[in-house]
Amino acid sequence: MVVLTAAEAITYPAVGAELDIEGVSHAFDIDGAVLPVLDNVSLSIAPGEFVALLGPSGCGKSTLLRLVAGLEKPRAGSLREDEARITGPHPSRVVVFQDPTLFPWRTVWDNVALGLEAQGILKAQRHRVDEVIELVGLSSFRNAYPHQLSGGMAQRVALARALVNDPKILVLDEPLGKLDSLTRIAMQSELVALWQRKGFTTLLVTHDVEEALVLANRVIVLSDRPARIKADIAVARPYPRHRGDPYLAELRKQILGLLGLEATW
Amino acid sequence: MSTYSVSDTAAAAPRATVTFADLSGSYGVGLAASLAWLAFGLSCLYWPDVGDWSRTGSLGIGAIVIAAFILFGTLSADYLGSAGQALRKRAPWLVAFGAVVTLWEVATAKFAWLPLPFFPPPQAILEVYTDDLPKLLDSVLASIKLQLGGYIIGATVGFVTGVSIGWSQRIGYWVHPVLRFIGPLPATAWLPIAFFTFPSSWSASTFLIALATGFPVTVLTWSGVASVSSAYYDVARTLGAKPSFLVLKVAIPAALPHVFVGLFMGLGSSFAVLVVAEMIGVKAGLGWYLQWAQGWAAYSNMYAALIVMSLLCSGAITLLFRTRDRLLVWQKGVVKW
Repeated sequence: MVVLTAAEAITYPAVGAELDIEGVSHAFDIDGAVLPVLDNVSLSIAPGEFVALLGPSGCGKSTLLRLVAGLEKPRAGSLREDEARITGPHPSRVVVFQDPTLFPWRTVWDNVALGLEAQGILKAQRHRVDEVIELVGLSSFRNAYPHQLSGGMAQRVALARALVNDPKILVLDEPLGKLDSLTRIAMQSELVALWQRKGFTTLLVTHDVEEALVLANRVIVLSDRPARIKADIAVARPYPRHRGDPYLAELRKQILGLLGLEATW
Repeated sequence: MSTYSVSDTAAAAPRATVTFADLSGSYGVGLAASLAWLAFGLSCLYWPDVGDWSRTGSLGIGAIVIAAFILFGTLSADYLGSAGQALRKRAPWLVAFGAVVTLWEVATAKFAWLPLPFFPPPQAILEVYTDDLPKLLDSVLASIKLQLGGYIIGATVGFVTGVSIGWSQRIGYWVHPVLRFIGPLPATAWLPIAFFTFPSSWSASTFLIALATGFPVTVLTWSGVASVSSAYYDVARTLGAKPSFLVLKVAIPAALPHVFVGLFMGLGSSFAVLVVAEMIGVKAGLGWYLQWAQGWAAYSNMYAALIVMSLLCSGAITLLFRTRDRLLVWQKGVVKW
């Protein structure tokens, strides 16, 4: 299977980009009414950092990711990648969505090759597609069609499709949200290992407090819609982390409290 | 104890009945088919014809040859591989078909139960295929040429129009009302106008066939492109796709299943236009052949032409489906490599 070993120390190779979100507000027009979703969000993420965004359902986390990806423009404020203003999508900021959204008419290989093909550099870089498929452990499925894959395999393909572009910022929109709990745990460790190996900056949206704590350097807790930053928590623990770690358990309690769920603890 | 003895006798019996079960199972139907065709051949040869047909003898002999082939094929099906399997699978149809042609032969050529000029016997149709072959072939070629030209033009224009209005709102603004106004009109309604505005009846018919094909192809391509999930575009855009990539590599492949439904519907309606156009304006093709045969009260020629026409139309649809299965292999549960 996947040959990935998590290193002990946290290293930040120079691959990742710095991400600055400054005073960003955003709103949607729904049937003439203006629905504010983001309220003056400011956040600075260092190169190579792994940041998790936690917040109640529908608070605007995914909207923030769409802004980072450049799929939408904010109503106010600005987003910058390494000091350059984000004005549209760019393969240096790739998103992995909750649904794998593989193209059903393409094989695994062709799906992974999508980014290179779109940028017109596939011919020269075919080996990169093979490498990244190998990296996510799907070499024997390279000619399979998406409908032949399990949920976990499909999400691995989606991850490979993102990684083949050597992103500086990897944007993850609840990528493990629909997987069964065993696959989920396995893929969390793979994700950490990939991040440590590649060094990209990672921005992860999740509903799962434990997932955020196991994976991220920093956890940002957002409020109800319109989302504001409620807390910015550093998770100073080496990898690989253990789910039973009392330090993480204490943080989890605090975060659930911030989300208004202290009674469930 | 008694239950054992019952099953004992049941277990002892099969040895004798195995061959009989085989006979009535895999061999029986084949033998029945052979008998049905033998009956057809004998019915041709045994009774005298009530009319004057030159091919009765050859038809009878041909039927007996077919019966012999079926018999041989049935008995050696196990050694004939896929051909033997195919024969076994189609044996019930061969029985029914043999029975129907026998009945047809008896009811027309032998006892004239059906009024004669309108219901020609099988040998009369065989006579058309042997004696009027050049003219029939010319008609087939003319029809194929006309149909193919019109269909390819209509499908191409329909596809491009459908993609454009599905993709661009500005093009949709102008094309959609025209499409709504003209599209639902049966293409044959244009016939009188088309035949005097176009320089030749051939170009007029091509235009009409293209029109009949183009409308369903346009509408279904359009709806296919419009219904592509925006998530696919988001994915492609974050991976650095330009608009041309979004159209060619995302919208079109995603819309292809719809496009094929449109192509299928277009094929059906273009056949109707083809026949009408050939009957009215073009002096060639199977539609014209039908019209010509009717003028001469040559009913056997009409049946012969109808059979050919049906084979051609069904062949065209088979071809379209095969193409679809090849291109949309990703859609099916079972993938063929």
